[in-house]
Amino acid sequence: MARPIINVPAKARRGQVIEIKTLVSHVMETGYRHTETGERVPRDIITEFVCVYNDEEIFRATLSPAVAANPFITFHTLATESGKLTFRWTGDNGFSETGTATIEVE
Amino acid sequence: MRTIPATRRDVLTGATALGAATLLRLETAQATPASLEAAIRDVVGEAPLKEGRVKLAIPPLVENGNTVPLDVEVDSLMTAADHVRTIHVFNEKNPQPNVISVKLGPRAGRARFTTRFRLADTQTVVAVAELSDGTFHTARANVIVTIAACVEELG
Amino acid sequence: MRSIDIVLRCVSTSGFVLMLVLLDSLSATTDTRRSTYDDMSRDIRAMQDDDMANPASLWVNDGAALWSQPAGAAQMSCADCHGDAATSMKGVAARYPVFDAARGKPVGLEARINHCRKTRQQAPAFAPESRDLLALTAFVGRQSRGLPITTGDDPRLAPFVEAGRMIFERRQGQLNLSCAICHDHNAGKRLASALIPQAHPTGYPIYRLEWQSLGSLARRLRNCMAGMRAAPYATGSDEIVALELFLMARARGMATETPAVRP
Ligand code: HEC
Ligand code: HEC
Repeated sequence: MARPIINVPAKARRGQVIEIKTLVSHVMETGYRHTETGERVPRDIITEFVCVYNDEEIFRATLSPAVAANPFITFHTLATESGKLTFRWTGDNGFSETGTATIEVE
Repeated sequence: MRTIPATRRDVLTGATALGAATLLRLETAQATPASLEAAIRDVVGEAPLKEGRVKLAIPPLVENGNTVPLDVEVDSLMTAADHVRTIHVFNEKNPQPNVISVKLGPRAGRARFTTRFRLADTQTVVAVAELSDGTFHTARANVIVTIAACVEELG
Repeated sequence: MRSIDIVLRCVSTSGFVLMLVLLDSLSATTDTRRSTYDDMSRDIRAMQDDDMANPASLWVNDGAALWSQPAGAAQMSCADCHGDAATSMKGVAARYPVFDAARGKPVGLEARINHCRKTRQQAPAFAPESRDLLALTAFVGRQSRGLPITTGDDPRLAPFVEAGRMIFERRQGQLNLSCAICHDHNAGKRLASALIPQAHPTGYPIYRLEWQSLGSLARRLRNCMAGMRAAPYATGSDEIVALELFLMARARGMATETPAVRP
């Protein structure tokens, strides 16, 4: 359930700059909120997001509690060769989520 | 068929009560201009910050501080010899000064990323980019956050 | 206030006639109804318009997965009976709540889904506001996006639409406010810097930035009631369903936006 949504163009020309969009389910609980009875709600966030394109890391983000719930991140990369892109989100309480996309480069 | 229109006072009373509900949820912890500067110095050290090459786009007025779009682009050729290494985003008044830091390289093709972040209050946001020649470039934006009405209190 | 309520009740002995009058007056003159969408900032509209950027897509996708997943003692999926939702569920959400002949009263979409869940799949009902129920409701609702709302066609609904209107116009809570004071008489003005919308429920379930999550129309109404310092009606109660029905009938002909984004 709640799989991440990833948008990578299915096809691209070699050397073309492509835009990648990602959306993942996560509450991003800041650790700064309190319940009505005054208890602090413990921090529970994604701390790291990495994108690997055919074994090479092409983008990495370090997130803080200020990133909005259900993190949305878009970035760019050069379409170098056909293959696979792997996306990995990791965070507090052992959170780990992965997604993949394939691209055909001609 | 219609009820009698409310006086302005009716609605204002409502506004105060609804506003109070929001206030209950505000944070006490806050980053300060000093902690913002410290967080920036953590990244850049003693290096000077230059203006002009970083474009930081945030709507000047946001209807809800929970999900504010953020778009950073650095003017760079993104070649092996001349590219952006990292981009950091900081804020002044959230409980922590750091928002997000990203690592790029010449393979990015374009030094731009977007995300959505939280702003607890009207404040200044700062982006800092580190280039492959070791120089640091920056941009600032001011954001006005309006308060949402009819909110829930945390259970 | 009282006297107006009483007059209303007298006139509405035949609620159906009253309802037709309302619908007529809406279509005859220029339509001044506005979706909250029309007055949102460009950024929030963009978030709603692009499926990839709309956080509600996470729930819609979950709903699509649940749709074809066998469940319950029957080990049947929604798809086993309803096939492709793009066809079978097209326009369905746009006419809810509908009249449920068996219970002799209106039933909302969430309750209708839970009915199939219990009787057809023979599985425990989803809890109100649970992720799975919101996901399925958003997925079913998504199949009506762009289609006009048609709620209120059934003459048997008339007394319930009227009951909803009564609640909408009645002053209640410690602030002695009615829904109508804000949404009919002060729509377009600002309340603590938030724009007061006309309250057309065109996009439920919505991703509300304030919630940082998807939520139902019932949850939205309960928020407004808390704001009025009135004890919120329970989700699925007759009062909430009547309000939902009245608001949907009041928005008849407006385009479905599900899943919408709201501040
Ligand atoms: C065993 C077959 C079966 C299964 C499984 C089933 N349904 Fe149904 N569903 C029906 C039938 C038959 C009707 C229409 C007759 C009725 O009112 O009971 C219906 C009606 C509906 C309606 C109302 C349609 C309308 O036009 O008003 C909705 C919405 C719905 N189902 C959703 C679902 C969902 C969501 C699931 C999975 C959680 C599901 N159903 C599972 C048989 C099924
Ligand atoms: C004091 C004024 C006030 C009262 C009274 C009030 N509301 Fe609201 N309502 C608002 C505001 C303001 C918003 C928009 C919230 C925001 O942007 O933070 C809203 C939003 C809504 C929406 C969401 C519309 C959309 O686009 O999704 C609905 C539906 C609604 N109200 C229904 C009701 C009902 C029903 C009642 C009575 C039980 C009620 N409201 C009472 C001020 C009010």
